Amino acid sequence: MDFFDDIIIDIKQLTFSRGDRYIFKDMDMRIPRGKVTGIMGPSGTGKTTLLKIIGGQLKPDSGSILLDGDDIPHLGRTELFNVREKMGMLFQSGALFTDMSVFENVAFPLRVHTKLPGDMIRDIVLMKLQAVGLRGASELMPSELSGGMGRRVALARAISLDPALVMYDEPFTGQDPIAMGVLVNLIKKLNQALGHSSIIVSHDIKETLSIADYIYIIADGGVIAHGTPAQLEQNDSEQVQQFMKGLPDGPVPFHFPANDYETDLMEGR
Amino acid sequence: MYSVTANLASLGRSAMGRVAAIGRAGMVLMQAVIARPDPLTSFPLLVRQLYSVGVLSMVIIIVSGLFIGMVLALQGYTILVDYGTEQAVGQMVALSLVRELAPVVTALLFAGRAGSALTAEIGLMKTTEQLSSMEMIGVDPLRRIIAPRFWAGLICLPILTMIFSAVGIWGGMLVGVDWLGIYEGSFWANMQNSVDFFDDVVNGLIKSLVFGVVVTWVAVFQGYDSVPTSEGISQATTKTVVYSSLAVLGLDFILTALMFGDL
Repeated sequence: MDFFDDIIIDIKQLTFSRGDRYIFKDMDMRIPRGKVTGIMGPSGTGKTTLLKIIGGQLKPDSGSILLDGDDIPHLGRTELFNVREKMGMLFQSGALFTDMSVFENVAFPLRVHTKLPGDMIRDIVLMKLQAVGLRGASELMPSELSGGMGRRVALARAISLDPALVMYDEPFTGQDPIAMGVLVNLIKKLNQALGHSSIIVSHDIKETLSIADYIYIIADGGVIAHGTPAQLEQNDSEQVQQFMKGLPDGPVPFHFPANDYETDLMEGR
Repeated sequence: MYSVTANLASLGRSAMGRVAAIGRAGMVLMQAVIARPDPLTSFPLLVRQLYSVGVLSMVIIIVSGLFIGMVLALQGYTILVDYGTEQAVGQMVALSLVRELAPVVTALLFAGRAGSALTAEIGLMKTTEQLSSMEMIGVDPLRRIIAPRFWAGLICLPILTMIFSAVGIWGGMLVGVDWLGIYEGSFWANMQNSVDFFDDVVNGLIKSLVFGVVVTWVAVFQGYDSVPTSEGISQATTKTVVYSSLAVLGLDFILTALMFGDL
């Protein structure tokens, strides 16, 4: 079957620069609906930036990002805030509101965007917390949670409005193996159960390959390879293989550009 | 030649940066002020900020007011007693407090106590991506975070100034009347005769209102615009105290000249 019969996000000719440096140059990318899409690439290639551009927090220099027909960079402030109700985002740090309990954190999107009665909000929040296995922690404050638990609460908050699109920013970074396994399973299961589309930005190759239906590898301002995990394993580009296998040296050099080593050492004499 | 142009360029760059920052600060203020409040959610948020910005600043304001009033009375007495006019201590204490010291000192203390706290709080929210995640949830942090804090500062500073004046005058009475033995009747009567409600009290409150806008504006903007690192927050907090203190002192001169000078 073709992944791209039904796409949720269509990125066309995206260009984004910081100062004189291009982060993305004329990049095209399509995100299939209802699937888990992984975006991988070495650190500093702008993966998080891409999520922020999709979320409308950063404006690209040019290009369009269509989410169900809405061109995100060209929306007004109010329209943008409305479109964001369709998105959930899991931040790398979790970004829980530290002055609210776990329960209130998950209830927050429901309280601001719906007029549901209190007991219904309570039921929904408890269901979301049950889904991430933390119903028992609902009265705790974010400071009392471990890193992995905090990220699961943030996940419950990200899906509390049942968004069409959930974006995960480095969900596996800094997690112990158990928490990592829990998160990998959760993301996959939630995607299947709730039917939303997921974008996972990560450089954890093994975990991302295990749950993603389709993968983009970005480097040097654009997409260098894309395909299903199986297709990528077969990809014979040196750059892709270096990244997939985690080789220290290759097209992406181990050394930051520098003067000749010997001359540098001798200079101090 | 090269260094001259390079210096000029860097001067221009920093000037442009400053102008841009003032523009951003104006945008933040506009967005926060024109935000249409939803009474159900905004009111509890405002009350919470009134508590943390205002009520928690009471101790420092009361203690400072008391001591400043006491010192004023003591200094005034030692000078005025040489001329046999120590009954004027009450009027001197009240006028200097209501016109100048209460608005200015309260604003300076407020900048140090509440302004720096606001900047650090908002800056940390930015560092921990709480502001970003709020935006992604579809809630405008300018309305939800900045607006209640701004209004709370605006409301609290005039009230704190009045408290400062009242406590200061009471401190002046403690020293002047109870300790140094000025006749109580003339202490209060001189004060009553010389302090005009509109010229002195209202003008003092107008000053404190202006200071409230400036101090809170600087504080919330510095937090919102801070560089999201620990160093960035420390710089932003310092800037809040320095900029708002300088602005208060400068504006005080301008306002005094407009109100009391014959311009």
